[in-house]
Amino acid sequence: MSTALQNLWTPLAATPLLWLVVTLTAYVGGRALQRACGGSALASPVLIAIFLVAGVVLATGTSYHTYFSGAQFINFLLGPATIALAIPLARNARLVRENLHSIGLALLAGSLTSIVSGVAIVWALGGSRTVALSMAPKAVTTPIAVAVSQQIGGVPALTAALAILGGIIAAIIGQHMLHGLQIKDWRAHGLATGLAGSGVAAAQVAARNELGAAFAALAIGLNGLLTAIIAPMIVRLWS
Amino acid sequence: MIAALLTLTACELVGEVVREIFALPVPGPVVGMFFLAAILVFRKDQPNAPAIPVPLARAAETLIDHMGLLFVPAGVGIIATASLLRQEWLPIVAGLIGSTVLSLAVTGLVMHWTSRSRSTPQSELTRATELARGGKAS
Repeated sequence: MSTALQNLWTPLAATPLLWLVVTLTAYVGGRALQRACGGSALASPVLIAIFLVAGVVLATGTSYHTYFSGAQFINFLLGPATIALAIPLARNARLVRENLHSIGLALLAGSLTSIVSGVAIVWALGGSRTVALSMAPKAVTTPIAVAVSQQIGGVPALTAALAILGGIIAAIIGQHMLHGLQIKDWRAHGLATGLAGSGVAAAQVAARNELGAAFAALAIGLNGLLTAIIAPMIVRLWS
Repeated sequence: MIAALLTLTACELVGEVVREIFALPVPGPVVGMFFLAAILVFRKDQPNAPAIPVPLARAAETLIDHMGLLFVPAGVGIIATASLLRQEWLPIVAGLIGSTVLSLAVTGLVMHWTSRSRSTPQSELTRATELARGGKAS
C-alpha cells in the first residue's frame, strides 16, 4: 500500500463511517445477488453480507473489535426491530389467543427438540462438551442465546455465530421443508421459523406475511423464555 | 416518524428496566416487545378503538423488512471463533443443520396437528390466503 493510501486508511479505519458503509454495501450487494439468482432463498443476503464483510475485515488486518465498534449502530437497531415485532403480534392477538393451547405444545416440543438434538448430535460426533453446550441455546434470539451459553458453560462467541448461522439455515430451508411436510398454514410457518431460526429466519417470513410475522414474534419471545429455563436444567441432568 | 421511533425506543427502555428490576432471564427488547403488544391490544379492546398509528406501523414494517441487515455485525463475529470451527467443524456443522431441521419440523408439525381441527377465522387471514389456498389450511 502506498504511503498516501495508508495515510488515508489509518484515520478512516477507526471511524464508524467506514464500517457502516462497508456493512451496508455488503448487504445491498447481497440483495442484488439474490435478485440476480431469481430471489432464491439459498442466496441469503445476510450470509453473503457476512462473508463479504468478514473478507474485508480479514484482508485489511482489522480486529473484530474495531469492526464491531464501527458497525454497532446497525447492531443497535436490533433492539427497536425486536420491539417492532409487537405490531404484527398485536394485530393478530385474537388468533394467538384462540390457538394458545397449540402454540404452547408446539413451542415446548420444538424447544426441547432443539436443545436436546443440538447437544446430542455434537456429542455423538465426538465434539467437545464446550461446543455441545454452545450448541444448546443456539435456536433462540442472539442476546438470550449468548447469556444462556455463558451460564451453562459454552463459548458465548461461538453461540452467537451459531445462532445467526442456524437462523440463515432455517431461512433457507424452512419454507421448502414445511411445504414438503404438507404444512401450508402461516401460523405453523411463523412459529416454526421463529423457534428454529429466531430473528434471522423470522425476518424472511415476516417480510412475506403478517400472520407469519405475528407467530414468529411470539415464538422468538417464548422460546427465549423457555430455553433460558430448560437449558440449564437439561445441562444439570447431563453432567 | 419521530413519535414512532420514540415509541419503539421507549418500550425497549421499559423492557430493560423491567428486566433489571425483576432479574428476568430474557433480554430487555423481548420484554419490551410483549409490553408494546399488550398496550396495542388493550387499546384495540377499548370502546371506540383507535387504530395502530400509521407512522408506527410503517416504521415497524421497514425495520422488520430489513432485519437481516441488523444481524450482519454480530454474524461477522464468526471470524473470532475460526480456530474452534476448524477443529470441530463436523460436529458443529452437523449439529447446527440437524438440530435446526428437527426443531423446524417438530414445531411445524405439532402446531399443524393440534390446530388443524379448529376453523381459521376469515377476517384475519386476508394476507394468508396465498399459502392457504394451496391446501386445507385449517
